Amino acid sequence: MENIFEMFCDVAIVGGGPAGLSAAVAAKEEGSQKVLIIERDNALGGILQQCIHPGFGLKLFNEELTGPEYYGRFIKKAKELGVEYLLSTMVLEVNAENKIITCVNSQTGLTLIKAGSIVLAMGCRERTRANIMVPGTRPAGLYTAGSAQRLLNRQNIMVGKKIVILGSGDIGMIMARRMTLEGARVVMVVELMDYLAGLTRNKVQCLDDFGIPLRLSHTITKIVGNKRVEGVYVAPVGPDRKPVVEKEEFVECDTVLFSVGLIPENELTKKAGIKIDPVTSGPAVDQYMQTSAEGIFACGNVVHVNDLVDNVSSESAIAGKYAAKYAAGNLNAHTRLVRCVPGVNIRYICPQFIKVGGDEEKARLYFRVQKPMKQVTLVAKSGSEIILKQKEIRVNPGEMNSMEIETSKLASDDLILEVDSDSQA
Amino acid sequence: MIKTDVVIIGAGAVGCAIARELSKYEIDVIVVDKNEDIGGDASKSNSAIIHTGYDAAPGTLESQLVVAANPMYDRLAKELDVPFRRIGAILPAITLEQFEQLPAIMEKAFKNHVYDVEYKSAAELLEMEPNLNPEVKGGLFIPRESIIDPFILCQALAENACENGVHFLPGAKVTGINVENGRIKSVLTAKGEISTTYVINSAGLYCDEIAAMVGKADYKVVPRKGQFFILDKNTSCKVNHIVLPIPTKVTKGKLMCPTIHGNMLIGPTAEDIPDKEDKSVTYEGLASIEQDVRKLVPNVCIRDTITQYCGLRPNRNPEGLHFDMYDDLYGYINLSGVRSTGLTLSVAMAKYVVRQMLWSGAKLNLKENFIPRRKGIVVFHELPINEQAALVKKNPLYGNIICRCETITEAEILDAIHRPLGAKSIDAVKRRVRAGMGRCQGGFCGPKVIEILSRELNIPVESVNKNNPGSYMVSGTNK
Repeated sequence: MENIFEMFCDVAIVGGGPAGLSAAVAAKEEGSQKVLIIERDNALGGILQQCIHPGFGLKLFNEELTGPEYYGRFIKKAKELGVEYLLSTMVLEVNAENKIITCVNSQTGLTLIKAGSIVLAMGCRERTRANIMVPGTRPAGLYTAGSAQRLLNRQNIMVGKKIVILGSGDIGMIMARRMTLEGARVVMVVELMDYLAGLTRNKVQCLDDFGIPLRLSHTITKIVGNKRVEGVYVAPVGPDRKPVVEKEEFVECDTVLFSVGLIPENELTKKAGIKIDPVTSGPAVDQYMQTSAEGIFACGNVVHVNDLVDNVSSESAIAGKYAAKYAAGNLNAHTRLVRCVPGVNIRYICPQFIKVGGDEEKARLYFRVQKPMKQVTLVAKSGSEIILKQKEIRVNPGEMNSMEIETSKLASDDLILEVDSDSQA
Repeated sequence: MIKTDVVIIGAGAVGCAIARELSKYEIDVIVVDKNEDIGGDASKSNSAIIHTGYDAAPGTLESQLVVAANPMYDRLAKELDVPFRRIGAILPAITLEQFEQLPAIMEKAFKNHVYDVEYKSAAELLEMEPNLNPEVKGGLFIPRESIIDPFILCQALAENACENGVHFLPGAKVTGINVENGRIKSVLTAKGEISTTYVINSAGLYCDEIAAMVGKADYKVVPRKGQFFILDKNTSCKVNHIVLPIPTKVTKGKLMCPTIHGNMLIGPTAEDIPDKEDKSVTYEGLASIEQDVRKLVPNVCIRDTITQYCGLRPNRNPEGLHFDMYDDLYGYINLSGVRSTGLTLSVAMAKYVVRQMLWSGAKLNLKENFIPRRKGIVVFHELPINEQAALVKKNPLYGNIICRCETITEAEILDAIHRPLGAKSIDAVKRRVRAGMGRCQGGFCGPKVIEILSRELNIPVESVNKNNPGSYMVSGTNK
């Protein structure tokens, strides 16, 4: 077709954040000739570009790195291995059946990419004020924590001076510290639940060290201001999580940051007809990170929201490796499909399926619990038979757990994972 | 002092429609508005429906104008490039009591000269609308009830008026009106005094305050709050038509319908409130919408909401749509009670106003060079792929997607900023090209749009407003 540019590659990767970079490196290492990353931003690195704080890489490199240092290592490796990439390029459509990606940018214009296999690594977006339906007006000064972080760390722009943060997610806490360091006053962090949404270390380093109060079991009941935010009403919540309006108090501020969760960004996935797990809001995958569409893999926060980027990198390396194998026609067929079933106090398990009799003898399960517990045993059962037990001092919905399973032990078609309290066991 | 023939107060749908109608004639017109952007208050926060008038009070001015306006939209939408679709409405009776009301509603429609309302059986309704409450007993189909982009309607009317010589003065709050010897002399605004022969008060929510300036305040505006939900385009439970509830004596009730851009809209509440500035959504309001709409569409997925908003309908007491001219005050035209039907009837009201001006002795000669057409902003993502490709080739900025949720390009945003009556704020960009209107609500594109506005308007980032002065987006740059 006239005016339409065409490209070919073995593995096409949608997204050049930590997931896409790790998948690209792994695909190259597996022997893929042409690996192409398609990135909508004007640089690789994804959200880590704005994460200038340290804390990354402890698990993978045994070092404490900043976001740019962390992904810098992957970019270096990717470049050494000859990974190709398109920047400022937006993917408009993924055709799962023909493995054709339609994308657009200012250089090559409307572009079609024909790939041997595709890795989806689009990451996630933030839940907004509207998603959680906070009452009140709609003035300027309402930001998701990540948007404010982008403005501050990439555009050198401060969103406001007197801040209330709703939600104790990691980005919110990190922004509490960051805004404080830049001279803003963070009045408080308000959390609906009676426990922290993010990592404990972030509460210590970002809130406690700066004397920023955390109000657990509280919420914002109303936003006030017609032009710019003038303040919010904050109220405690009862056991039903409903605000006790009689106890609400007015807190003056000019900015509200929302750190109320992340949503895997799967519009392309859905449009491609790929099956989505309603709990994770990401595609259901097997242990190779392959989605319901053959040859379409997915990894990172587009699959499920991770706590640590190190986990994203490990999981994405799996996706990259098997995407390369698929493109080369080397992904062995499996003989049986096992479902991963969340049991007592398990919110979800990723992968959702394990293919037995194929390539890998071990499969790593990542999962999150529903509620915090202390002194527990994680139990994996194939049908009714216990195949693995793992003790944990505590489990927490904000922190991901993982477990490695030998696929040969999966006699039943159901793999059930549950959290047992040690006092009962 | 600026001199003109007509000052229109308020750049909402009615003000813009009158401006465009008057721009067909050899007469000088200035539209003043307190806001920085055209599009009014009530005109931008409503259900975005073009009504047929089937349920108006028969014989009233409101009924006449709505019924007359509806058929105008086919041509108007084409001429002015406004997104508009005749999707039709259904009025399902869920209970037997409601079912018994249908003949009376049908009768009223006939009295309003809306003859194309049809009865549909429960089976027919469920086929038209599979997500409808299966307990439906039957209902009415109102084929010409339609949906429109209300922002673009106002922009299109205003841009076309502007192209035909009408001046717009934004940020010009009216502070007084001078009257001399029973005639209008001038209008005082925040941007200076304007000498004029005519004043058309289409100030919506504030029309009573304008009327008081000329001693004609024989009514009070009673704002009626309407809260709404917008759901994600990807929501699982959708409807194809405007699904209306059977009205009760108290309220017309809450509806569910698609928007012209494919989202689902549900609402509104109807709450009479004292404060014209109270644009807050409430727990109670939102909960009542969910509860009521579930009766019509039981599986509606509120969890998929991407925004909630509220609009204030400029109801008045005593009630009803009013058009007033006064024997003792030549040149003053007062429009009041322009409420939920205001968006629809704006274009008929414009014709009506001009006719009334002619009858009252105004000298209005048609222009020879009136330009009837207006071209809207090209919507990249709606084009077929080869046209998209050609467009990017011609202008590479169409290849730079700024708003990822709605797939809005930099070229579209620049067009919005640089066309006549162009966007000067975040909301103004949003209402022209939908950047920031998607599921992330500007989380991703907001920071970029701030920079684009700052660059294109050559202003510092801290001067970029969400809408009006004082609504600064950011406090400044860092050390």
